[in-house]
Amino acid sequence: MNKLYEEYIKTESLPTLFCPGCGNGIVQVAAINAIDELGIKDDIACVSGIGCSAWIPCYLKLDVIHAMHGRAIPFAEGLKLARPEKKILIFSGDGDCLAIGGNHLIHGAARNIDLTVVNVNNNIYGMTGGQKSPTTPYGAVTKTSPFGAADEPMKGAETAMALGATYVARWTTAHPVQLAKAIKEGIEHKGFSFIEVLSQCPVQAGKNVMGTKEPAEMIRRYREMTCVCKDGEEPPEGKVKIGLFRRDETKVEYTERIRASYEEAGIAAGKGGQDG
Amino acid sequence: MVKISVDKARCKGCNICISICPKQVFVKSIKRGDYGANIPEAKNQDKCIECRMCERMCPDGAIDVEHVGEDVK
Repeated sequence: MNKLYEEYIKTESLPTLFCPGCGNGIVQVAAINAIDELGIKDDIACVSGIGCSAWIPCYLKLDVIHAMHGRAIPFAEGLKLARPEKKILIFSGDGDCLAIGGNHLIHGAARNIDLTVVNVNNNIYGMTGGQKSPTTPYGAVTKTSPFGAADEPMKGAETAMALGATYVARWTTAHPVQLAKAIKEGIEHKGFSFIEVLSQCPVQAGKNVMGTKEPAEMIRRYREMTCVCKDGEEPPEGKVKIGLFRRDETKVEYTERIRASYEEAGIAAGKGGQDG
Repeated sequence: MVKISVDKARCKGCNICISICPKQVFVKSIKRGDYGANIPEAKNQDKCIECRMCERMCPDGAIDVEHVGEDVK
């Protein structure tokens, strides 16, 4: 087994429940790489919701909350306000983060609270058997859209950008080095970081959306159908834009604003209002 | 020199490493892992350039690339 992986993983709970060739494992290894480079194993806490991708942090030897479906961001906000010194990493799938937890995503992003959201987007509800998710491409045949999906897909990174997230990037599982760097920068960044990862689901999305069940072929397609764009550039026709979209260090972070308003009111941090 | 090992207890036989390796170090084999799938074999280890892409792309952390011996300059 890989030495670094062995250091961070709970070996007694292996093998992971991910299907062979699942992109979640690649995201897991990228997150391990980012945490190891920063050397913050004891200062990081992970929060996740429900779904395949929510199981990513559950195999790591870190502090983990496996929260309710879609409610990973509110749990993490509470944890951040209670323990502002902790770095918080959230793993959330496309259904978890954009569908049921979409409300929490928009408020978290608008507050600019210091969280790092890794949104693993596999274009389908994988765990429940291949139903249409908000990011399923137009016309894709799934269990719940037998005549082709009629909705336009939702774009997670662009949504987070519009709402005021201060670090936004999109990478795929075919770019593991850049993904690890983005997670590292997102943890370092003081503010709401949103990293969308296009990930392969060989079992459900492979059958219904991509048309191939071979994980290696899906990774090759992800590399071909994407184009790395700098801020402001537009990709060629028919390609998906990836890369670092925004990094804004000027906006004030939410916990700092909260602390400042408490100090103004004469309330010491960590104590009740009556005691002073 | 490198020593590449594929953990047969962890490998699920997705064959990502075979396609991702730029030097075709891995080949398909008839050996079966604990998961019941055919696991790849690191046959052409002398070709390895230590990009460690297989380590990063393996979803189950089954591949370990270890640098052994002196560096040739």
